[in-house]
Amino acid sequence: MPRRTSLLRGKPATPGKVYGAPGAGHSGHISLITSAVLIGLWFLVTSMGWVKPLFLPSPQAVYAKFLAAMTDGVAGSTLAEHAVASLSRVFGAFFLACATAIPVGILMGVNRYARGIFDPPIEFYRPLPPLAYLPLVIIWFGIDEFPKIFLIYLAIFAPMAIAARAGVRSVSIEQIHAAYAMGGTPTQVILHVILKAALPEIFTGMRIGIGVGWTTLVAAEMVAADRGLGFMVLNAAQFLASDTVIMGIVVIGIFAFAFDLLVRYLERLAIPWKGRI
Amino acid sequence: MTMPSHASPSTAQTLCAENVGVTYPGLHDSEPVVALQNVNLTIEPGEFIVALGASGCGKTTLLSLLAGFLSPTQGRITLAGEPIVGPGADRGVVFQKHALLPWLNVLDNTEFGLKLQGVPRAQRRTRAVQNLELVGLQDFHQHMIYQLSGGMQQRVGIARALTCDPAMLLMDEPMAALDALTRETIQELLLHIWQRTRKMFFFITHSVEEALFLGSRLIVMSPRPGRITHTFALDFNRRYLAEGDGRRIKSSPEFIAMREQVLGIIYGDERAAGPAGGLHA
Repeated sequence: MPRRTSLLRGKPATPGKVYGAPGAGHSGHISLITSAVLIGLWFLVTSMGWVKPLFLPSPQAVYAKFLAAMTDGVAGSTLAEHAVASLSRVFGAFFLACATAIPVGILMGVNRYARGIFDPPIEFYRPLPPLAYLPLVIIWFGIDEFPKIFLIYLAIFAPMAIAARAGVRSVSIEQIHAAYAMGGTPTQVILHVILKAALPEIFTGMRIGIGVGWTTLVAAEMVAADRGLGFMVLNAAQFLASDTVIMGIVVIGIFAFAFDLLVRYLERLAIPWKGRI
Repeated sequence: MTMPSHASPSTAQTLCAENVGVTYPGLHDSEPVVALQNVNLTIEPGEFIVALGASGCGKTTLLSLLAGFLSPTQGRITLAGEPIVGPGADRGVVFQKHALLPWLNVLDNTEFGLKLQGVPRAQRRTRAVQNLELVGLQDFHQHMIYQLSGGMQQRVGIARALTCDPAMLLMDEPMAALDALTRETIQELLLHIWQRTRKMFFFITHSVEEALFLGSRLIVMSPRPGRITHTFALDFNRRYLAEGDGRRIKSSPEFIAMREQVLGIIYGDERAAGPAGGLHA
């Protein structure tokens, strides 16, 4: 028999650490190194001329494009104008979805008729790619601002409603029984127990929803847009302006990441009990 | 309102269960499950009833019936002559796992029932403060639930149930998740609360020692079908309240003799049921 320190066994616990879960420990510094290495590789392969600028422009070229877009503009508008157009679409759709999907999801959780009514349409259209129903949205609602927001809204609605419904289902029956045994009415139980207990899942739904909103942005700006980050990227692609494409992708990524950080911060403020009970 | 939980208008109320049974319909083609059969139980004000029995004997089913979370398929249950048709503020419940609301602090959790009933803020605060003091948590008003130990969480659960001033307090193994020391402390605390409030207590436990120490009446239940098989009148709790030495009572010859007798009954049930089932004396 070989000594029992084979690959099948974990390493001995380091002093002061718990022996156990695979993957325990911090990973932030590794992520920083990964990011630095990727950006370094980008500098390396472009400056050494290993990749043609058409396929991968250098970071300097992308940054120059960024500065040019800020001042002179690309595709007829400055970068700020593109960003405002896209942000208003994504956030318009997001707030519309918050105002409708969360109540619908909660209603689905607490009322079987609502669940029976809303479940088939939501579950049917949820897995469809927005590009597939984009033509219909255009045929029905035209080419103004509304259909663009509506397309993003549809993409956000389903995951948010499903998360709110799951939140309602996650309430423990003891908490509900306790409220009833203290004289609570069904309405009070929904308002004071179920809504609060569903908050963590609702926040998760909001994070997923806004992420989906950003992924749908380019589709929404495919038709009859003259402004917007998605439009800017698509427009640049037609002229093979890959520096503008990459600049647009980075800008969208930064906005999406910044908003996710904000929601995570609000989550910590609003639901300090998450994961502790 | 000076001492609301101690001079309640509920002292004339009696709980009455007559020929109560619960039968769950069988799944597919299996036989219906008789969870509880032919239970007769009368609880007078000021009684401390402890229900003890092996797993599956219907203790929790009985408590759910009394709380109104479940309605019986046979028989009827009344409180002060009125049939029990659902949960209500006249029957407080303390759960096995605390079931407190993590987004509220200790004081707000304790007030929660009165808030649901629309009691003005100042009044509900006064009553919550009194009951938190009764369970020894006067210094923890602003703490969040997840900052407390398991024993303190259970004490908040007891204070919360008391604050609604119910006629009876239903407790479903509230000490099951606590360590032995905390358990003894809370057992003694419960007896003092019982003495001061004179409410009806209905308490479920797996532990024979806990049952004998707490109850003024012990009902022993047996499984398949769930039913009450033995009833014992006890006075160890009154002796504790008079003498104040829990350990001495638990090691007295009468206590040990009683414990062995009850354990004999329950082990008999366990053997009849096979190797499954968990019991700690």
